[in-house]
Amino acid sequence: MKLGKRTASSAMLQNSFDRRATVVGAIQGGVGILLAGRLTWLAVAQNEKYQLLAESNRVNLSLIPPRRGWILDRNGLPLASNKADFRVDVIPDRLGDEKKTIATLTELLDLDDVKVRDLTDKLDKARGFAPVEVASGLDWDRFAAVSVRLPDLPGVVTQRGFSRFYPTGPCVGHLIGYVGAASREEWEAEGKKPLLITPGFKIGKDGLEKSFDLELRGEPGARRVEVTSSGKIVRDLDTRDDVPGKPVKLTIDGRLQDYASRRIGLESAAVVVIDCKTGGILTLASMPSFDPNSFADGIGRIEWKMLNDDDHIPLLNKAVRGLYPPGSTMKPMASLALQLAGVDPEERVSCPGGYRLGSRFFRCDAVHGSVDMRTAIEKSCNTYYWSMSHRVGYDAIAPIARLLGLGQEYDLPGTNQRYGTIPDAAWKMKKFGQEWSAADSLNASIGQGYVLASPLQLAVMTSRIASGKDLQPTMLFDKLGKPAPDLPFTPEQLQVVHDGMFRVVNGAGTAGRSRIDINGIKMAGKTGTAQVQTMVSRGIHGDWKSRDHALFVCYAPADNPLYAMAVVVEHGTFGARAAAPIAKDVMTYLFDPETALETLHSLESQWGGTAQQRLDRKYAAYSAQYGANGPEVTGTEAVEDDTKNETEERPVESVSVEEPEEKASPSPEPPAPRATPSAAAGNTPAQAGPAPASSPSPAPTASPVPPGVGPAPRP
Amino acid sequence: MKTSRVPDSIARQPWGVIIPLMLLVMLGAAVLYSAAGGSWTPYAASHLLRFFVFLAMAIVISRFPANFYQKMAYPAYGGVIALLVLVEAIGAIGGGSQRWLNLGFMTLQPSELMKPTIVLVLAAFYQNLPPAMTGSWRGLLPALILVGAPAALVMLQPDLGTALAICFGGAVIMFLAGLPLIWFIGAGAAAVVATPIAFFTLLHDYQRNRVLTFLDPESDPLGTGYHITQSKIAIGSGGFFGKGFGNGSQSHLEYLPEAHTDFVFATMAEEWGILGGIFVLLVYAQVMRWGLNVARQAPDRFSRLLAAGMTATIFFYAAVNLLMVMGLAPVVGIPLPFMSHGGSSMMTVMICVGAIMAVERWSNKSGPLA
Repeated sequence: MKLGKRTASSAMLQNSFDRRATVVGAIQGGVGILLAGRLTWLAVAQNEKYQLLAESNRVNLSLIPPRRGWILDRNGLPLASNKADFRVDVIPDRLGDEKKTIATLTELLDLDDVKVRDLTDKLDKARGFAPVEVASGLDWDRFAAVSVRLPDLPGVVTQRGFSRFYPTGPCVGHLIGYVGAASREEWEAEGKKPLLITPGFKIGKDGLEKSFDLELRGEPGARRVEVTSSGKIVRDLDTRDDVPGKPVKLTIDGRLQDYASRRIGLESAAVVVIDCKTGGILTLASMPSFDPNSFADGIGRIEWKMLNDDDHIPLLNKAVRGLYPPGSTMKPMASLALQLAGVDPEERVSCPGGYRLGSRFFRCDAVHGSVDMRTAIEKSCNTYYWSMSHRVGYDAIAPIARLLGLGQEYDLPGTNQRYGTIPDAAWKMKKFGQEWSAADSLNASIGQGYVLASPLQLAVMTSRIASGKDLQPTMLFDKLGKPAPDLPFTPEQLQVVHDGMFRVVNGAGTAGRSRIDINGIKMAGKTGTAQVQTMVSRGIHGDWKSRDHALFVCYAPADNPLYAMAVVVEHGTFGARAAAPIAKDVMTYLFDPETALETLHSLESQWGGTAQQRLDRKYAAYSAQYGANGPEVTGTEAVEDDTKNETEERPVESVSVEEPEEKASPSPEPPAPRATPSAAAGNTPAQAGPAPASSPSPAPTASPVPPGVGPAPRP
Repeated sequence: MKTSRVPDSIARQPWGVIIPLMLLVMLGAAVLYSAAGGSWTPYAASHLLRFFVFLAMAIVISRFPANFYQKMAYPAYGGVIALLVLVEAIGAIGGGSQRWLNLGFMTLQPSELMKPTIVLVLAAFYQNLPPAMTGSWRGLLPALILVGAPAALVMLQPDLGTALAICFGGAVIMFLAGLPLIWFIGAGAAAVVATPIAFFTLLHDYQRNRVLTFLDPESDPLGTGYHITQSKIAIGSGGFFGKGFGNGSQSHLEYLPEAHTDFVFATMAEEWGILGGIFVLLVYAQVMRWGLNVARQAPDRFSRLLAAGMTATIFFYAAVNLLMVMGLAPVVGIPLPFMSHGGSSMMTVMICVGAIMAVERWSNKSGPLA
């Protein structure tokens, strides 16, 4: 009723309409003012914030991976450099249809089955955000073919950049290491820096590349581009150039490194050359090796299989991580130790072909007759060292071995050395819980028994003997310069050893065939043969793996040593036969490169090309044989062998003995450590410090092949 | 004025609103030209063409007498309802929802036509309703049915924005028709209660998400919140003078979704800044002022309600769209009148303008002379 009255007439309705229309108008005006206010708020008060947001929408900052610093040799030659490169990566997270994209890329880039297989392997393991390399080193046509199709290939990144290049490939594989894309762990360890997952950015994974990674890296550049919401690049805005990483200059002589690596040829060997004036390492070669160039994009199946199938263990840096009984190469060192202990070098010892210790007889390689110290080195007479070290005691020898560098680890970045063993009583007790025996002393004094050393250590030892100075091996050029202090030997004492080593090569010694004479420059050295398996086979007989290791240490010029060298040829039979010729040619290269290269070229024509050529051919053969069906790569850090963190003294796995070699006991009973590598077939090599139930039977039954390093094996 | 050589029929047009509208449409065309990457096609040219075609249509509409409008109200309403049912049926047969009919030369959204039609039919309804009954159930119930039926059909499509526009137009007319205030307060209270229920039952998932995202756009910056966030970035980064014609990075680089339709205001504000935004608001204010003045001066209840309802419909379009692009309302698919590219919405608002012009003509004829 009340309402009815109110709205009863048309006039009242008109009135009500006017009032209500005013309300509606006011509301509309209110909304208008609200909108104007909001507009002002957004565009004035918050203008800065939204401008920033609009800019960050519009502008995409992409990092340009910095050019990695070069690694130079002592003459400024690059051992590792960069080359311009067109590359294609995929970022798994952004991939749309993975199969289709891979199919398109396969077609555009002309990828073969092996590469496609490796790519799918990598994608399976990829962590999403990290780029996976599809191809690098592309030519412009193929690069452009992918680039123009980018809008249809989400997750595919093309890039023009630089990639690591090792001009001498496998020759520097172990020395320099290699680079690769950062793993998730590495990325997280560095606080998830965006640079680490930038396509094309590589970090050092091994060797010097790893040790000097931060110096070599440099500062990334940046490219600002305008992009649409779908990521299409509209135009470049500006570019900040990268700052290339600092170069690292090494003491290595790149040409010599290359020569030595190639000269090793088909052998499994290590060559270390040290500058006798400074301690700078000129060459640290270990062959066979891998090609670090092909590791940069990850290891493919074929390559993995090829490297693992090889019994020469190309993934092991034998120069610093291979441990071998040094054998007779210890004798110059022992000679110094004996003199320091008061032995007169002129004193003569009669060698009747062996040495009697108590009831046991240790056989020498030959009947040397009356020998003084120089002759003992020249002829490698064991009897001399046994009798003398028995007189002065082994405790007089071990400290000198350490003083000369054996059993030591050196300050060499990126080498991950194993430091071997210079045994003594305390060591044996700790290791095997057994007393040191006189027989141990005899074995150790001629570099057998428990003694293990790396080629690097042998080279250091030789350089110290040659120079008489406490040289510290160095690989960084900038660290050179500090003169080394003298070692506690008199010039006369050193001269005795130098004379002996001179005669090894230039006299009637064991390495007479490896003498050099380049304008009066002569070489002094010492051979060594280290037993792999006791008496199973000797010399050149038997299968490769059971042959002896061949060693040779030397320096030249003999009268004013400039270079010291150690060569170890795994299973090379005799030092004079396998190791000395390599040393001779490498030494020749230092003084007369042309002659040395001639020798090398004629050898390489027999071997089937340079190391790189042979490696490439082998890869091609594997690829043809296995196609895409190689075994999967296990672990991303394939190159690091499983003994990575092991610093214990253990023979390398390539050496088929598991424990420091025992010398053959003449008795058929097991394990009496004997100093002489004489007969006794049936002696098992695997006893680790057994109870020395030494046999009373003194004389060995004749060994079929003259053992050891003596001159006998020379045909 | 009388001395002008301009023909009377032209001089009598409401130039005070047509000229601002033309300027607004031209600004809209400029924005569309820029949004197309500096090209008249596909947006700007057709935008201008449509405006002038529909302006001519509006002038034609404005020539019809009031009784023709009243006569046509119910048949028109019935026709549009039939079209809505037809769209539903085609959608059901075709296996999916459909909002438009393809007429060959253009696609027609019947729900768009319903916006002015609901205003027309309610104005006719209240014209015929005896004033005394306004406060009784007979003034309310038929009106509710008239609004509810098309709104329900449109919701089925589903098109929340248009359904709301229909309801809003209806509510404004009922309010202006003089229905008791207590009913609106009661309906408001009921809405407060019903909204949560409707939110969880009537709305579709994507609609619910839009509302939720509106309440917290940053919660989903790449999903449904993306629209609002990018729109605010476009408007906010424009500043006072804007980035300049053709320099809007948000629209040109495709960060702004629907840069030429629903979010055209953001496209404009990025390039023209607050200056452009205020101009747009002023033009709308002028249209609203004109519409409400026409309504106030209208001779009878029908023309009053018609003019006011048409004004409210235009207002609803503009207000909801602007509130949305500035982040004050959820994302509902409502274009901005006179600026967004799109034939149906242009036609709708020009029908509204034409109807208001008609009312103005009726007032001029009958006002001073009668």
